[in-house]
Amino acid sequence: MSDDANLFAQQQSNRRRSTWLTLGFILFFAWVGFGGDLAFYLATADGPAGSYRHFFPVIGIFSVLAAGSICWYSWRHGADRVLWAAGAWELIEPATPEQKQLVNVVEEMAIASGLPPPRVWIIPDTDPNAFATGRDAASASIAVTEGLLATLSREELQAVVAHEMAHVRNLDVRLMTLLAGMIGAIALLSDGMGRMIGRGGRAAGRWGGGGGGRRGSGKGNPLALVILVLWLLTLVVAPVVSRILAMAVSRKREYLADATGAQLTRNPMALASALEKLEGATAATRSITTGAAHLCIVDPAPGVLSSREGFLADFVASHPPIRQRIIRLRGMGYQQVKRQSAGALSPQ
Amino acid sequence: MGTIVLLAIVAGIVFWVIGAYNGLISLKNQVVNGWKQIDVQLKRRHDLIPNLVNTVRGAMDFERSTLDAVISARNRAVGATGVQQTARAEGELTQALGRLFALTEAYPDLKATGNVAQLQEELTSTENKIGFARQLYNDVATQYNTKQMQFPTNLVAGLAKATPAELWEIEDPAERAVPMVDLSADKRGA
Repeated sequence: MSDDANLFAQQQSNRRRSTWLTLGFILFFAWVGFGGDLAFYLATADGPAGSYRHFFPVIGIFSVLAAGSICWYSWRHGADRVLWAAGAWELIEPATPEQKQLVNVVEEMAIASGLPPPRVWIIPDTDPNAFATGRDAASASIAVTEGLLATLSREELQAVVAHEMAHVRNLDVRLMTLLAGMIGAIALLSDGMGRMIGRGGRAAGRWGGGGGGRRGSGKGNPLALVILVLWLLTLVVAPVVSRILAMAVSRKREYLADATGAQLTRNPMALASALEKLEGATAATRSITTGAAHLCIVDPAPGVLSSREGFLADFVASHPPIRQRIIRLRGMGYQQVKRQSAGALSPQ
Repeated sequence: MGTIVLLAIVAGIVFWVIGAYNGLISLKNQVVNGWKQIDVQLKRRHDLIPNLVNTVRGAMDFERSTLDAVISARNRAVGATGVQQTARAEGELTQALGRLFALTEAYPDLKATGNVAQLQEELTSTENKIGFARQLYNDVATQYNTKQMQFPTNLVAGLAKATPAELWEIEDPAERAVPMVDLSADKRGA
């Protein structure tokens, strides 16, 4: 019963976070848009009569609409986009024994978690990794790399799939998939704006030259400058902040999914040894872009940080250090063994 | 005034009875559904076994007794009714299958033919599915049993025709520990 309550709390918290995330995203775009309008307005307000005055907040309205459609799109098609970006193909008719095994293991874990079986995808990449995505349990997908199928034993594969099913059941997938869509959009916006500002800089220089004379006459507006600086700053910082947010959100979830996954298989040791093998494969998972890194079971681009605890690592790494996760799982495994042997002894 | 209070109390009781009744019925259906999940997998397992036996029969002719044990355990399992009897018959079938799988290890060419490996994978998976479906069934059944015994829900248990659901007990301690047949030992070394 307490498990149910815990699960329900997890799902609620993920629903809430998804809403806040969407709101924050739209607010960010509103600020970028209307802030730009304001800067434009202040810059053109005291121009000579007959020259262009920026009064109607076109940029703001446009960017809020854009943010809304991005959210809607991430909600409807985010999972498909993530899978598409990873180059995954859907496994419908398993051809090889390994593929058959994967489908079987996914079905087993669907039964264990009491969820409908998710769709299964394969990523043509030799590095072992896996992720889950989707809006909810009914629309969920689990994707694994070819490398994962080749390196893990049946039990280990089962453990990894259980970990992913835990993400599906906790509704982590919803938050993570929304985040993936938004990170992409913010990176795109920041890049695009940066380019526009770079190009527009010359034009602004001309305006500035014209405005200089007026500023000389004592009508300059310091507020415009402050807003402009703030505006530029958000644009520069946004991609970094959005990624840090994704990482922070994902890190806590990994421990939880490890624990839930171990609960589903009743075999924490299998996940520990799977993680060990994944850690051993030091190559980067090239198919998975940084935008989807927070979805994966292990960091697709392992750097120095994925093996360290600490302030900086806590900030930027998308996953807790694998060592730490293995240690926790081993702890669960030893407790299980202890309980079992105690249970076997007690009736005598 | 007094009648209003009385009416409110009666309405409250009626609502509570409806809620408790519906809760029990919903749990009851979950138990039935959980058992159906197990049943689907058991059927699948029973269908797979003749295939397996036919495939290995030629190569393992002199281990007739093991094969016969599997077949008779399977037939007993097919005929079993009720949770207790099914649980016992299926447990025996699992053990017989385990012995058969252990024997196939001694026939490398048998394992090399894709068909046997495939059948083994299917049976392993079905066995795992039975195990997980059993977990789910036992969880729901326990919840149902607790609910109908607890006060005050037990007052409507008779109304909902709720009777305790039987749990699927595992008698074999070996099976209780690890109910899985792992056939991918060759991969683990890699």
